[in-house]
Amino acid sequence: MTRDETAAAAAAKPAKAAKPAKPAKAAKPAGRSSGDPLRPADYIGSDEEAPAKPARTARADTAGADDAPTAAKLNPLEWVRFFWRQLTSMRTALVLLLLLALAAVPGSLVPQRSADPNGVIQYQQQNPELSKVLDALQVFDTYTSFWFSAIYLLLFVSLIGCIIPRTTHHLKALRTKPPTTPARLSRLAAHLQTTADATPETAIDEAAKLLKRQGYRVERYDRRGRVSVSAERGYLRETGNLVFHTGLLLILLLVAVGGGFIYTGEKLLVQGQSFTNTLSSYDTWSPGRFFDESQLNPYSLRLDGFDDKYSVDKLTGVSHPEDYTAKVSTRSLDGTWTKQEIKVNEPLAVGGTQVYLLGNGYAPVLKVTDADGNVVFDDAVPFRSQDSNLKGLGVLKVPDGLKKQAGFIGFFYPTPVETTTGGFESVYPGTSSSSLVSLQMYVGDLGLDTGAPVNAYDLDLDKLTQVAGRDSDTDTLQMRLGEKATLPEGLGTIEFTGIKRYIGVSIHHDPVQGYVLALAVISILGLLISLFIPRRRVWVAATTGEDGGAVLEYAALARGDDPRLDDAVLDIEKQLAKRLRARAREAGDGAAS
Amino acid sequence: MDSDSLATLSLVAVYSAIAVYVLAFIAFVLDLSARSAQAQRLDSERAARAADAVGADAHSGQLAKAGAAVRGAAAGATAATAAVLERASGAGRGADDDDEVNIGSRWQRTGLALTIIAWLIHAAAIVLRGLAAGRVPWANMFEFAMTGTGIMVTVFLAVQLWRDLRFLGAYVTGIVALLLGLATVNFYVAVTPLPPPLQSAWLVIHVFVATLGTGFFAVGAGLSIMQLLQVKREEGGAKRIPFLRTLPSSEALESMAYRVLVVGFAFWTFTLIAGAIWAERAWGRYWGWDTKEVWTFVIWVVFAGYIHARATKGWRGSRAAYLAIIGFAAVLFNFTIVNLFFKGLHSYSGLDTGM
Repeated sequence: MTRDETAAAAAAKPAKAAKPAKPAKAAKPAGRSSGDPLRPADYIGSDEEAPAKPARTARADTAGADDAPTAAKLNPLEWVRFFWRQLTSMRTALVLLLLLALAAVPGSLVPQRSADPNGVIQYQQQNPELSKVLDALQVFDTYTSFWFSAIYLLLFVSLIGCIIPRTTHHLKALRTKPPTTPARLSRLAAHLQTTADATPETAIDEAAKLLKRQGYRVERYDRRGRVSVSAERGYLRETGNLVFHTGLLLILLLVAVGGGFIYTGEKLLVQGQSFTNTLSSYDTWSPGRFFDESQLNPYSLRLDGFDDKYSVDKLTGVSHPEDYTAKVSTRSLDGTWTKQEIKVNEPLAVGGTQVYLLGNGYAPVLKVTDADGNVVFDDAVPFRSQDSNLKGLGVLKVPDGLKKQAGFIGFFYPTPVETTTGGFESVYPGTSSSSLVSLQMYVGDLGLDTGAPVNAYDLDLDKLTQVAGRDSDTDTLQMRLGEKATLPEGLGTIEFTGIKRYIGVSIHHDPVQGYVLALAVISILGLLISLFIPRRRVWVAATTGEDGGAVLEYAALARGDDPRLDDAVLDIEKQLAKRLRARAREAGDGAAS
Repeated sequence: MDSDSLATLSLVAVYSAIAVYVLAFIAFVLDLSARSAQAQRLDSERAARAADAVGADAHSGQLAKAGAAVRGAAAGATAATAAVLERASGAGRGADDDDEVNIGSRWQRTGLALTIIAWLIHAAAIVLRGLAAGRVPWANMFEFAMTGTGIMVTVFLAVQLWRDLRFLGAYVTGIVALLLGLATVNFYVAVTPLPPPLQSAWLVIHVFVATLGTGFFAVGAGLSIMQLLQVKREEGGAKRIPFLRTLPSSEALESMAYRVLVVGFAFWTFTLIAGAIWAERAWGRYWGWDTKEVWTFVIWVVFAGYIHARATKGWRGSRAAYLAIIGFAAVLFNFTIVNLFFKGLHSYSGLDTGM
């Protein structure tokens, strides 16, 4: 529906739109002056103005006309007030909410730099023209984009504009007595009339006691010929509402400010290696705005071993992981190592950080020997896992020792099976003596001498020539565990001597997330209270009837959604009748004895 | 019995449940068409009754229009017990109190009975699957669809204890038969152990509460659809759907929809927070705008919008109902399209063995 159509639809039934405000109109003669003057004018609970100005509900965008009959008469301050009222109206908040939902969608359709930087690059390569437009519109950074930020900032300003007056109003209401009993209760929404065999005073005394016990705040309003009790309950509803919205506001503030103190880094850790929590040790590193290196708590973390467990589907032969456990040791500055474990859902808390297990794989131990038999390299080389059977992709750089700078790139297959094309695939994530390393070899300039930072897991082929592999005369170097291969051009040998595990860990420091959680829990409680606790006013009035008994009138008014209002009135009537009967019985017994 | 035969038995139960749901759906559709016939009869009877009632109560016309329930004796009585509750009971007391509203045919009894049978078989299928897997039966897309639709029917049946909503039977059994059928045919996977990322107590809580929320959203959205149709009828349209005449008024439907959806919203809020806590445990950040997180957020905001619309002049009524329907559509989108075609961390459909 277009805006005009919806406006027309709304205009077509102004009676219906104004209806919920009807009870309030009835309450007005009761002298209820407190009202909700500080609520947005288009809030359904803000009863005073609504019946007088049905035009506001009928037309969507003319609300301002009430404040300013003609725009020319507005001075700057009035303009500010006009915009403030517009911004803090329910309608604006609602539209902003819906816009927020809509604006969040593109971020799920297009890869995001924050979550999937490689996906963004891939997307840009596939859609170069579209990407330029999307990039200009910050769609690759949807959740930090100017438009997304604008919507939620406006929403939160609107929220502040709503919370502050409502809080002051609510604080006042908490200290205010229930309003005087309306003269004509029969005009109220839920109304009930009965008679009772008691004096009006007794009946109202009992009614007041009953209502008090039911959690109402009560106030007697006795006039000549008519005694009454006015009661109100459900103040918690508004309290919960305010707590919820304030909680949301604080969460946003906390995330915005506290986010500056967060740091995250990633590290690939090979079995036996230890990592020290210093800036230079991380593979990747992203600090918050207010990060200071002194925040880093220098602890050490060592990978001692890695256990994994798989089950194999009997029919398909597919293996499913059942468990990953990284056995690690940690050491704080005092110097003793402590054995600990990290699992996928059980991060390790150490030195004010949380260490998460993100990935794992194999690091074959490779030994490179020059032509004279001198060992020039002997270490575990992590081959990054490429699939669920842990086929790994690895790079080995040997800049010194051999006659030429040499680089190796290739795969590790824990359980290799030859494919029809002559290549290999891994069919199971476990290793054995048949585990295979298959390497292509390059010689030339590795690009390590310029001093510029180089990705250790990538081989820059620009100044390298392949000497072993598909594009050269020598075959790809292939070694089962324990085997040795001869390097081409008489450069020496390479030997696959052992297999170690590696893990990828992510290390986080977030000093505010505990507070965010606490606020979230408080907010939820506030929300539940505001949704499920009804706020209502109840009046019971009594006059003397023709037969000398009391004529009792009950009436109730819902403030906000209260589907059980009628039941509540019926219940009060029933309970009061019971009490009065009991009391009459007691009085009768007393008189008899 | 070993795991494989339990799983096979579970699958047999799923197919049986689908078959019975389809029968229930047919019965509910027959009920709706029988209601249409009834509606015409009621209209003529009502005209006769209205003639008798003239002058009895000044409010009666207004109340009848609002679909109100007038309880107690008529106005003007002086008896001590005379009580008039002069309010359009927004929640609508349902068929029991107002013989003009929400009368179904005998087909709806059949429909409900069949739904209960299907639900029992469905529940057995879920339990068997859980036993076969030795864990909660909602760890991949097939299992999630199976349990989710089961919860949907549970919510629908439970709500019957509160209000007679059998007129939604065709809608609920239709959706459930369709979703369960599609999921079983397309997404069935053999029982696999829980991958390490899902080995968490949060799988039990987070996912279960999400399905509960979905169940309430489904019922609420059904009520909102009926509400929109009813509004049309009350404005003199929707002539081709006469069974609406036998349903509660649009206001009563709206009030019921609101109460059901608010419960769904509470569950969804919990899902969001529980998901954030779990994400912090498993992935090291509590919020990262992963596609599933985005859609959970979008759904939450749409229903938050719905609740605000209900408190905003000019938005209560049909506009709010549209938001509820959009919200439930987003839930379905999140479950189907997002799971299958969007790349993200929540890739637990179990369909891509390369993950």
